Amino acid sequence: MSEKDWPLWEVFIRAKSGLAHKHAGSLHAADAQMALENARDVYTRRGEGVSLWVVPSAAITASDPEDKEAFFEPTGDKIYRHPTFYEIPEDVKNM
Amino acid sequence: MYTQGLDIKTGDTSVPLERGDGQLDRRFQAKIDADEKIEPKDWMPEGYRKTLVRQISQHAHSEVVGMLPEGNWITRAPSLRRKAALLAKIQDEAGHGLYLYSAAETLGVSRQELIDQLLAGKAKYSSIFNYPTTTWADIGAIGWLVDGAAIMNQVPLQRCSYGPYSRAMIRICKEESFHQRQGYEIMLTLCRGTAEQKRMAQDALDRWWWPSLMMFGPSDKDSEHSAQSMRWKIKRVSNDELRQKFVDVTVPQAEFLGLRVPDPDLRWNAERGHYDFGEIDWDEFKQVLMGNGPCNRERMRARRSAHDNGRWVREAALAHAEKRRARAAAAPVAEAAE
Repeated sequence: MSEKDWPLWEVFIRAKSGLAHKHAGSLHAADAQMALENARDVYTRRGEGVSLWVVPSAAITASDPEDKEAFFEPTGDKIYRHPTFYEIPEDVKNM
Repeated sequence: MYTQGLDIKTGDTSVPLERGDGQLDRRFQAKIDADEKIEPKDWMPEGYRKTLVRQISQHAHSEVVGMLPEGNWITRAPSLRRKAALLAKIQDEAGHGLYLYSAAETLGVSRQELIDQLLAGKAKYSSIFNYPTTTWADIGAIGWLVDGAAIMNQVPLQRCSYGPYSRAMIRICKEESFHQRQGYEIMLTLCRGTAEQKRMAQDALDRWWWPSLMMFGPSDKDSEHSAQSMRWKIKRVSNDELRQKFVDVTVPQAEFLGLRVPDPDLRWNAERGHYDFGEIDWDEFKQVLMGNGPCNRERMRARRSAHDNGRWVREAALAHAEKRRARAAAAPVAEAAE
């Protein structure tokens, strides 16, 4: 007999102060509090983090891999955004 | 990312209509050949998706069922240190099951579907967990041999072409190495103990050796899906190659313990640079896979009863969450009315 899964949550962990939260995985939980506690129990059993975020998976909007080329294309030809585009004589220091 | 919520939306138009088209297939294979990872929303051949769902869910089921033979000894562990370690190991296995179900869910199946398949007896899990744990030494042997074989199998899977599976394997491998070490430490303690304790250790090795070798699956010449899985880089090393590697590293470990590996044909082959070993009883392997191992029925009974007895908890948690949501939604209205 099939029953409904609990909602899906994405888990983000801050490994230590000064670092950004990073996606670690996902889990099912009935509500946000349970999602936090389950995330602590499964994703931080060995001191992996000092802070946790849980986000309902359905709340995330993602870019479509099918559109990847068109979506990220505008950046492709703008090499002048990189420092190596500019020619500075080697004699010039501290630049 | 494991954004399954996005991947299983109905009417998802991100799957191109020309599914299975030769050009898409070629582009997909080129990506794999270039060692690029495939991510959940990327186009993939239906066969690739199906193979992965089958493999990852079997892997997840194995982690979950694998808790049962060890759970048998939690209350009888010989010391608090051993008990704490065994509890932590079993908790890890539950976590590993969760990582793997999550990876499978990114392919568009729900966890409930997969669990239903297991409970209905339609899904497979590793044959090894259908053997009984009759003495404390079995807990040592399982950590040493079964987790050792699992690690051997899982290390190459960290390079699997499917991103979520590969990431789950990296996390699992990191956690698994304590499992094997705690098992070997149990064996070492028994082997350095009384004659009776050493006999227990030998008995456990006698019973777990062959089933551990069976964990690597059928021989390459009888393995149905191997070639395609290798091409897709779902599988990176063949069954027989992994099995040989396991024998090569494990035999010296047994010698260190002063235990005898129960295989009369086992001997070092200097020419090959590997151990030669005897033929596996493939009939036993097939029987256990078909459901006729010593504990198949007991394992399924335990899983089903755990699932049934937990149903009210799952339902109550959802009802509680729903009630709190409704109360929070109603609160501002009540305030405004005052």
